[in-house]
Amino acid sequence: MSQAVAPASVPPRLEMRGISKRYDATIALRAVDLVMQPGEVHALAGENGAGKSTLIKVLAGAVGRDAGTIKIDGSETELPSPHAARQAGIRVVYQEFSLVPHLSVAENILLGQLPSRAAGVWIDWKAAARRASAALESLGFDVPDVRRPVASLPVSQRQMVEIAKAMLQQPRILVLDEPSAVLSGGDLDRLFSAVRSLRDAGTSVLYVSHRLDEVFQIATRITVLKDGALVGTVDASAIDQPGLVRMMVGRELAEIYPRRSATPADPLLQVRGLSRPGVFSDVSFDLAPGEVVGVFGLVGSGRTDVVRAIFGADRSTGAMVLDGQTYRPRSPGDALSRGVAMLSEDRARDGLILQMSLRDNMSLPSFSRMSRYGLISRLQQTVLVRDEMAEVGVRAPSIDAPVRRLSGGNQQKVVVGKWLLRGARVLLLDEPTRGVDVGAKAEIYRIIATLAERGKAILLVSSELPEILGMSDRILVMRGGRLVGEFARSEATEERLLAAAAGVVEEDAA
Amino acid sequence: MSSHPALTERALSVLARQVGTARSEWRRRWLSYVPTVAFVVLATFAAVTSDAFLSQGNLSNLFKQIFTNGLISLGMLVVILSAGIDLSVGATVALAGIVAAGLLNMLPWPIAIPLAVAVATVAGGLNGTLVAWFRLPPFVATLATMSAIRGFVYVVSETPITPNESAFRQLVASNVGPVPTVAIFMVGCFLLVSFFLRQTTMGRAIYAIGGNEEAVRLAGINVRAHVMLAYLISGMFAGLAGVILASRVGIAQPSVGAGFELDAIAACVIGGASLAGGRGSVRGTFAGVLLLGLISNLLNLYSVQAYYQQIFKGALIVLAVLARRREG
Repeated sequence: MSQAVAPASVPPRLEMRGISKRYDATIALRAVDLVMQPGEVHALAGENGAGKSTLIKVLAGAVGRDAGTIKIDGSETELPSPHAARQAGIRVVYQEFSLVPHLSVAENILLGQLPSRAAGVWIDWKAAARRASAALESLGFDVPDVRRPVASLPVSQRQMVEIAKAMLQQPRILVLDEPSAVLSGGDLDRLFSAVRSLRDAGTSVLYVSHRLDEVFQIATRITVLKDGALVGTVDASAIDQPGLVRMMVGRELAEIYPRRSATPADPLLQVRGLSRPGVFSDVSFDLAPGEVVGVFGLVGSGRTDVVRAIFGADRSTGAMVLDGQTYRPRSPGDALSRGVAMLSEDRARDGLILQMSLRDNMSLPSFSRMSRYGLISRLQQTVLVRDEMAEVGVRAPSIDAPVRRLSGGNQQKVVVGKWLLRGARVLLLDEPTRGVDVGAKAEIYRIIATLAERGKAILLVSSELPEILGMSDRILVMRGGRLVGEFARSEATEERLLAAAAGVVEEDAA
Repeated sequence: MSSHPALTERALSVLARQVGTARSEWRRRWLSYVPTVAFVVLATFAAVTSDAFLSQGNLSNLFKQIFTNGLISLGMLVVILSAGIDLSVGATVALAGIVAAGLLNMLPWPIAIPLAVAVATVAGGLNGTLVAWFRLPPFVATLATMSAIRGFVYVVSETPITPNESAFRQLVASNVGPVPTVAIFMVGCFLLVSFFLRQTTMGRAIYAIGGNEEAVRLAGINVRAHVMLAYLISGMFAGLAGVILASRVGIAQPSVGAGFELDAIAACVIGGASLAGGRGSVRGTFAGVLLLGLISNLLNLYSVQAYYQQIFKGALIVLAVLARRREG
């Protein structure tokens, strides 16, 4: 199969054989092979903890390997340091950006190689701006002004700057680690075409993603890891999505979304004409107990802002009724006391205090339930937190373990548990499965289904169509700060949702 | 016994796992005991090599030297935990001292002293207002109030004030058995703050704010009020230090307290607090205060120049932070 792309006479661009790595008692990689041909887009798939990041870090020279050989274009390489990896023509775009926020886009792209005059004394800013713009344009990326500081750009544009920076070097091997996590439709298309032109110029691209549809869109071959070991390398044309999921988790795709049926009920939350000037306007919908309503939209469509407004985190105008009474949250505290909770898109930033314990994190919003005159009853706290942990299925070494040591899926369960403990009835879930692996996703979906069965009203914001389609009873679509469509589960398809979100007129729709 | 080999084996494996956990826990945490251990080692060394060290005169001297920094550090710790810093504590020490000395000449001490501490707490409230409501960076806000408070102290009194009072002075100088009363007071304050930070909702909220302010806000907790509280506590402890210091010395100097803020920050950092907030402990800070006090006491005993003490202090801070870096 490895001869599928290039004839056997040409040595592979990258040949990693028998790569092993252990951290203390944990085996991160067990004799893993990865072979990439020149000019190949190769996907690396696997759940979190499967060993993808460790393998990337070995390739980037960021961690040493315990065993195994690495050959680049046929010659054996050590890769003892990130510097050595760069020398060997390897560039990695990590999920966490390595940009300097207060420097301009141009400076970031050209970091370490700014054009200069007078023997390197003056920086030639005009030339720098030209080269940076050219680099972005050649990728089809649209960044308005390269003199702006990176910090002023939205995350999706920062991602493009990061990618442009890596591509400018014309690397022999480019590794993209979850590049789509912050990119939406149009940007993703531009990224893909940039990747393709790079591939055509001979660069080998290793594409790491949770999103299987992307993997099939861009990659010719796929290497799957599980529990630090190689499951196999397959041609993308020889396998379908369910097959790939089976390889990754040893489980069927259909089992990921739990079966559930909503019984119609009177709305718990009614939103009428909700607006926030310049961000979204005239948003109206109902949400009933036991119902999961999906909100789909591209990045920048205002979906997150609507959720934040309902949670009282941002100011808004319009009318809301909760449980028959006017609901006008002035702060998250107001929302919580009425039983409205939010699970934010960025757990680490908005949901968790990473260095604090599970105990502290889960009880923070519910102190009033476990304290008297400001004194916390440790016993009561332990009982409540333990019960809730069992309820949502948090797996942790102890109740006092810092949450930073938990996996992404478990962290997300901590946030869910924290709100349930607070007595939430309306749950606003903003990208609840972002950055968690397929196995943990399935578990989060199960929790959502259970919550709905118990009568919680759930608003599920997501940019993953399969997730929206798999979980929602009704689906709202947002575009440019407005609600542009509502679909029942039965009438929604990926095509119709995407068309509505992108503003494409449906030709054959009645 | 031999009929239950499986049971014995299981018990052994459970035991082994527990030993393993304890060991890895220890491996991760032993660094947090370094200041305490260093203190014990140094104290032992001093006791063995110097007759003067264990004399009651020197020991109560040591306590008197550290209680000022002890009280200030305690307030500083609370602010640092909230991801802030309080540079104004040194000036607040002078403010409380001058106010107390002035009031003691007019009012009985049970009224004058609490009033002076209250004035210091108000100064802390000023910091809290600037940081929590006007969103000034804590460093800038307290740099400004440091200057303003110091200026205010000189406006109130350019010259030192000598209080004409003896009851409070005697109380400050008194001993309970062989132990100075102020030492007991200081230890009491440490226990109180330790309890506050561990067991109260406000204490946990302050830790959490230092860890992730946005998450705390979204948890429906009033972030401003808790940040305010941290600076009030810092001002109050600086005030307590100021009135006790003035009474011990017998004179309130408008110039006193310059540089105290740096000693307090040093004690917190040596004790393992992170200036980024959310990390640090009362126990560690206590060890930091003791260690700093002991080092200057020792170097005094051996009549080493004060400048060397500063070099020592600098080295100690760097070592403490380097040691912390290896912690998981």
